[in-house]
Amino acid sequence: MATRAPDQLRVSPPHPPSRSGDPARLRHLLYRLDVKASPYAYVAPFFLLFCAFGLFPLVYTAWVSLHEWTLLSDVHTFIGLENFTTLLADDYFWNATFNTVSIGVLSTVPQLLLALWLAHLLNRPLRAQTIFRVTLLLPNVTSVVAVVVIFSQLFGRDYGLINWALSWFGVGTIDWNAGTATSHTAISVMIMWRWTGYNTLIFLAAMQAVPRELYEAATIDGAGGFTQLRKITVPMIRPTIIFVVITSTIGAMQVLAEPLLFGIYSITGGPDRQYQTLSLFIYENFTKLDFGYASAISWMMFLFIVVAAVINYLLTRRARGSLT
Amino acid sequence: MGKLRPRMVTPLLAAVLAVSVSACGGGGGGTDAGASPGASQPAEKIKLTVALFSDFHFAPLYEEFKKTHPNVEIVERRSQFNDHHKNLTTKLATGAGAADVEAVEAGYIATFTPLVDKFHNLGDYGMAKRQADYLDWKWKQGLSPDGSKVLGLGTDIGGLAMCYRTDLFKKAGLPTDREEVSALWPTWEAYLEAGKKFTAAKVSGAKWFDGPGENFRAMVDQAPVGFYDTSNTLVAGTNPDVKKAWDLSVQSIQADQSAKLAAFSPPWNTGLTKGSFATIICPSWKTGSIKDAAPTTSGKWDVAAVPGGGGGNQGGTHLMAPKQGKHPKEAAELIDLLTNKDSQLKLFSEAGALPSIPALYDDPTITGFTNPFFSDAPTGKIFTDAAKALKPQHVGPKAGDVLTAFGNGLQRVEQGKQSPDEAWTQVLEDLDRIK
Repeated sequence: MATRAPDQLRVSPPHPPSRSGDPARLRHLLYRLDVKASPYAYVAPFFLLFCAFGLFPLVYTAWVSLHEWTLLSDVHTFIGLENFTTLLADDYFWNATFNTVSIGVLSTVPQLLLALWLAHLLNRPLRAQTIFRVTLLLPNVTSVVAVVVIFSQLFGRDYGLINWALSWFGVGTIDWNAGTATSHTAISVMIMWRWTGYNTLIFLAAMQAVPRELYEAATIDGAGGFTQLRKITVPMIRPTIIFVVITSTIGAMQVLAEPLLFGIYSITGGPDRQYQTLSLFIYENFTKLDFGYASAISWMMFLFIVVAAVINYLLTRRARGSLT
Repeated sequence: MGKLRPRMVTPLLAAVLAVSVSACGGGGGGTDAGASPGASQPAEKIKLTVALFSDFHFAPLYEEFKKTHPNVEIVERRSQFNDHHKNLTTKLATGAGAADVEAVEAGYIATFTPLVDKFHNLGDYGMAKRQADYLDWKWKQGLSPDGSKVLGLGTDIGGLAMCYRTDLFKKAGLPTDREEVSALWPTWEAYLEAGKKFTAAKVSGAKWFDGPGENFRAMVDQAPVGFYDTSNTLVAGTNPDVKKAWDLSVQSIQADQSAKLAAFSPPWNTGLTKGSFATIICPSWKTGSIKDAAPTTSGKWDVAAVPGGGGGNQGGTHLMAPKQGKHPKEAAELIDLLTNKDSQLKLFSEAGALPSIPALYDDPTITGFTNPFFSDAPTGKIFTDAAKALKPQHVGPKAGDVLTAFGNGLQRVEQGKQSPDEAWTQVLEDLDRIK
């Protein structure tokens, strides 16, 4: 905004251009050019970088996915959609898709509900607010490797803290890493640990923009805290909820480090591929240097993300009407 | 989308850098050929990088090298085992980022030696003379497939033994003397039977061995033919020795002998310290790993002969010089020093690395070496005996991936997810995917 203000001032030159000579005309043209073209110049760096590092790789991946393409060979045979037909018939691909969705749902849904609740709790006058907010963000600042290493210890089978605590309630030893449901739970907990606080802060920022009068009016009408959250806060911050749901979903589709490290560098995501996510499946084929196949998986994953984002958008838009 | 970037940039880089590297390679070779006749060292400062996958205890040897090469600075970098080898592949393919000296383990050596144009021929720098030092098979592993080029010089080999916990053996009423223990298991079948006795004694918190994968690997390593035949055809699915090793591993799982710990994982480290298992297959370098991972268990271990008779090699490393390195002469000289007789002798007592130079097997420093961590076991004699009995096996190009497929299969049985037959079928399917 600030950068545009001078332009607008300069748009109306002191003399009308038609009556002045050539230099003035030229200056006028330059002004016009400045006004019309400068905004594009300002945003150009981003778009150039995006084209180089975002768009080009996307298109290039599509090109690679149509080939038999391994890193150590210079010959890349064009095979059309063969990688995709192989992929759609590949059990391991669908297994990875299921794992991704399962871990995604298990981590995202409780995480966002928890974040919403925490934000609601913090959205009131509190002593030492900054401390609470900084504390919430701390897990997100921690390195993912550190988080997974610590949590893998906590979820250890023989000497893990969680099994030890569960044993008080008569629960037998759980091999968290071995089972499908247990490993998904463990990985989801790690993801929630890192991202709940982050999403809480985003919700909190949105909540603070909600007019206080609405709450005061609701309080006078006798609405309790939960009703206020449900009837005022959620509808008012709906655009933020949509944003957070979509970013979390995309994040959940791309989970890589947690399962890789939880399995101690098992690129198959456990012996039975019980927690191999799509990203890990791409990584597995990438380390086999099978770039054509890995690119095909990447494109399928991209399509899944687009579909998931659209579904999310439609669902969250329909979920509740706004206040007005 | 962010994840797509590095992967997709790589082929581009490959194209660009392949051109520039071939230019450098040619230029570098030229200057070195010109410089080598002069006996004096070039005055310019040189930095050599050495990439390893664990602590090889090379540091004192670097200092030694600097005495004769005062202009050389040596930087060592380490990464996790699998990452190290995968990264090396990528770096060779993209033409950038490889170190001047790269360690390559036995499971991967056959992946790299066919890439003749990616590595300096150490023979060009006078290293062909080293052939006389080496065990024949170790020397040959480092040659190009046609045998004309010396691409890697060997450091150590992995002669096999079995390490065991004397305290746990005592509790289970088994003998603790290493001769008697060796006599318990002349074969792997006898090892399984001894395990049944141990399990029957119900020593609290302790199983017979750490996990089935490493024992399976040892059994396969002892066979005359392993996963590949000598023409690099994958025969793992049809080789009766592999199936026998699989069946024995499955039986030991069914007899509840496995502590279900994956080797070198954090829980495995904890298990070592806490005594979660009584025996562990020990290539000589693993005596160093155990000592590093569980220093508090000093004196509770001992070393006996491996079941199935001495043969078998597990691990061991070669040092190679990628063509990306601009100082091949210095790199070759450094490799020479790191692998020469004196160094291998030192590394045996420092790190438990069993020499690949047979002349050392009768050296009193080694034959008389006892390891205090392992109840003063004469590890020098045990491992040199194993090395002498060792029957080398041809290692194929994707041996690492094949082993992963089998290891995963055994773990699926161990975790009760599949019956042994189902697991075997899936292993065969996984083998078909290995191209």
